[in-house]
Amino acid sequence: MSRSLRFLPVAVVLILIAAFVWRLANPPDSTVPSRMVGRAVPAFQLADAVPTMPGFTSAELATGKPRLVNLFASWCVPCIAEAPVLKDLKRRGVAIDGIAIRDRPDDVAMFLQKNGNPFQRIGSDPTSRVQIALGTAGVPESFVVDGRGVIRHQHIGPIAPGEVPTILAELEKAR
Amino acid sequence: MRAAILALAIAMAAPAFADSSLPPSYWANRQLPDERQEAKAQALMAELRCLVCQGQSIADSDAELAGDMRDLVRRRIAAGENPEQIRGWLVDRYGSWVSYRPTSEPSAWPLWGAPIVLIGLGGLLAMKRLKGRAR
Repeated sequence: MSRSLRFLPVAVVLILIAAFVWRLANPPDSTVPSRMVGRAVPAFQLADAVPTMPGFTSAELATGKPRLVNLFASWCVPCIAEAPVLKDLKRRGVAIDGIAIRDRPDDVAMFLQKNGNPFQRIGSDPTSRVQIALGTAGVPESFVVDGRGVIRHQHIGPIAPGEVPTILAELEKAR
Repeated sequence: MRAAILALAIAMAAPAFADSSLPPSYWANRQLPDERQEAKAQALMAELRCLVCQGQSIADSDAELAGDMRDLVRRRIAAGENPEQIRGWLVDRYGSWVSYRPTSEPSAWPLWGAPIVLIGLGGLLAMKRLKGRAR
């Protein structure tokens, strides 16, 4: 083996180590964006998640005005953090529909009682069927749906107070 | 001190896999009565990525969403859909990332090309060595 090649293995190992260190320092984005953005909401019918409020169908999302669809759950801790932000959005006149993922009526009612109820309607998705149809990987997630029932924006994770302007802008764009 | 550390650890722990209080979906952990259908479902589930524990297939994962996806796969197979249709339906929603089977998209070309390149390199190396020995 020629002299210049002698250090090749060392170089390869060093490059590998550098690659590992770089990836550890910059972990890849593990969020899964939905491919449904820009397309009509998939057809679904959701029964009410709490007896006191109506559920809704996908067709009922096309109300002529943009709406926010929020996937949440009573067992989801970040959803508690998101609740005041949703309340703030409601106060600013945003129409919000909730989809309770894998939840029980009693638990949802308790969650609303504790954290406030920013929703106009809440549908129940006990087997994550609608969640999968929407292409989402967890809770909470939110979708901006325009007046014709087309998904215009997806927000993954809880909406932070600082992200309210983004959501409002997306709702405005969907008008 | 120990109590403070413990409290801090509990406060900082990310409840990423918080589970609901509902039982798994009906077909999540149940085999289909038809053996051939179950085999088809199993083969497909082994090639679908769990969206929660992203290194596992939905066949291996204990995540609730993986269970719900197994339920969806088994229901659709039992309803007569073929596995590629179901895979396509999921890819349509989550992107080709959700399927472990490599596609022919340009981003997968290095994967298909790698064996050819490696065999070529190996051949070159072997040729060099054999020639050197013959001398």
